[in-house]
Amino acid sequence: MSATTTLNCLSNGSFALVKEVVAEGLTRRRLLDLGLVPGTKVEVIRRSPAGDPIAFNIRGAVIALRRDVAGQVLVSPWK
Amino acid sequence: MQKSLIPLLEDAQEIAGLRRNQLQDNIVASIYSTAEQIAGEVVSHTSPKRQDLDRQIDNILTSPIWGFPIMFGVLAVVFWVTIVGANIPSNLLATGLFWIEERLTDLFMALNAPGWLHGFLVLGVYRSLAWVVSVMLPPMAIFFPLFTLLEDLGYLPRVAFNLDRFFKKAGAHGKQALTMSMGFGCNAAGIIACRIIESPRERLIATLTNNFVPCNGRFPTLIALVSIFIAGSVSLSLSSFIATLTVAGLVVFGITVTLAISWLLSITILRGELSSFALELPPYRRPLLGQVLVRSVLDRTIFVLSRAVVIAAPAGGLIWILANTTVDGASLLSTLAGWLDTPAKFMGLDGFILLAFILGLPANEIVLPILLMSYVCGGAMTELASLADLRHLLVEQHGWTWLTALCTMIFSLCHWPCGTTLLTIQREQRSRRWTLLAALIPTAVGVVVCVFINNLVRLLDLV
Repeated sequence: MSATTTLNCLSNGSFALVKEVVAEGLTRRRLLDLGLVPGTKVEVIRRSPAGDPIAFNIRGAVIALRRDVAGQVLVSPWK
Repeated sequence: MQKSLIPLLEDAQEIAGLRRNQLQDNIVASIYSTAEQIAGEVVSHTSPKRQDLDRQIDNILTSPIWGFPIMFGVLAVVFWVTIVGANIPSNLLATGLFWIEERLTDLFMALNAPGWLHGFLVLGVYRSLAWVVSVMLPPMAIFFPLFTLLEDLGYLPRVAFNLDRFFKKAGAHGKQALTMSMGFGCNAAGIIACRIIESPRERLIATLTNNFVPCNGRFPTLIALVSIFIAGSVSLSLSSFIATLTVAGLVVFGITVTLAISWLLSITILRGELSSFALELPPYRRPLLGQVLVRSVLDRTIFVLSRAVVIAAPAGGLIWILANTTVDGASLLSTLAGWLDTPAKFMGLDGFILLAFILGLPANEIVLPILLMSYVCGGAMTELASLADLRHLLVEQHGWTWLTALCTMIFSLCHWPCGTTLLTIQREQRSRRWTLLAALIPTAVGVVVCVFINNLVRLLDLV
């Protein structure tokens, strides 16, 4: 198993596999509903011109998450 | 016996709580694995080119260098096209509609109708209708299709993506950029759109500040005032350029005020945690031109125009009565305006302007027509077919300066929302307190900014 990091720490263009969502309550629900279940492959596409939010490719949809929210998703870098 | 059960129960609840989370996770995970399996069987991707193209467009539209210039550029182009394009049809419409007014007058003369009937119906009701149509219709008929086009292309979520950082700093939700975009069409629609924001706190912030985005009822007012004041004062080639910059500047000012007030609210009466935010950037779509035209012209232009017409007709009649009912030698209209004159002057306006804003409460569309009506009813001027005539009326007869125009435009941007919007806020929030606040906040901002600018400019002797 490779090192664990959070989704907001990855650089643009990199891929990662979701390990766990550590958020609680509504945020947890929303992140899971977006498809961030363990094992899902996520691509970091780009950052907003102002640096935040970050756009991810989650199961074929482009979804932008704010940094603090993305920080609640544990991932392991892929490849 | 009971006492010894309590810790056991607590333990049980704790375990069940953990399990509940686990259960939820398992449900979502199994939904996704089933969905994946089904999708794998039935969905086939023929080419990844589509997605690549979207990304290349995004590379430009949300790039750190070009993102913001393109956003303001698009805004400016939309205004420029609207201002330049609306000018000629507006003049044509005014000429045509006032020609009809003269024929109507002839008809009333021929029928020997009493003077008050002619005044009420033709100089009151008909003339204000003519104003509303000739001032409002051309800019709306151009602005709405352009805006619907942007909507259809999928550009608006990119704007939200670019701007979210600022909304986050202001303690607001990123989707507020979308509710604001709706506000450009109609603030009442913008208020309803606030439903897309899940957190009540951030929804309220978006609701209370939506009015700082000029709706299409106020756009024509801004555009007309800018055109009147810029068109006559600089050369023709420059005028549309400067007019565009002015309107775009006003909109940027409105957005700045939105962020500032959102921030103030989020550190005072609406303190709280930022809620989670997920924004989808959908694929770009080729807009269906026919649909864009039908939707923007029928759903929006006709809807807004008919609302304005329905309200303007009785308002026009009312103004004519107010202007022609005299008590102690002065008309009611000028008496009312006289009362308002001192506070209005302090804000860089005059009594008639403030009165027009107050009488325009039912719909912002009729503020400028009401103002022109009340100016015209008092004086001898009858021909107002072109912008040059309007300029003459405002500048020569009623002492407007560029400062008056600027303060009027700022107050148009920052004052109480129209009646429909207030009713919508009341319906959405179910609270008189928030509805009242939604009216007070923009009004307070408008008064403060107008007083400040007016006195600063006068102090510096710039007028």
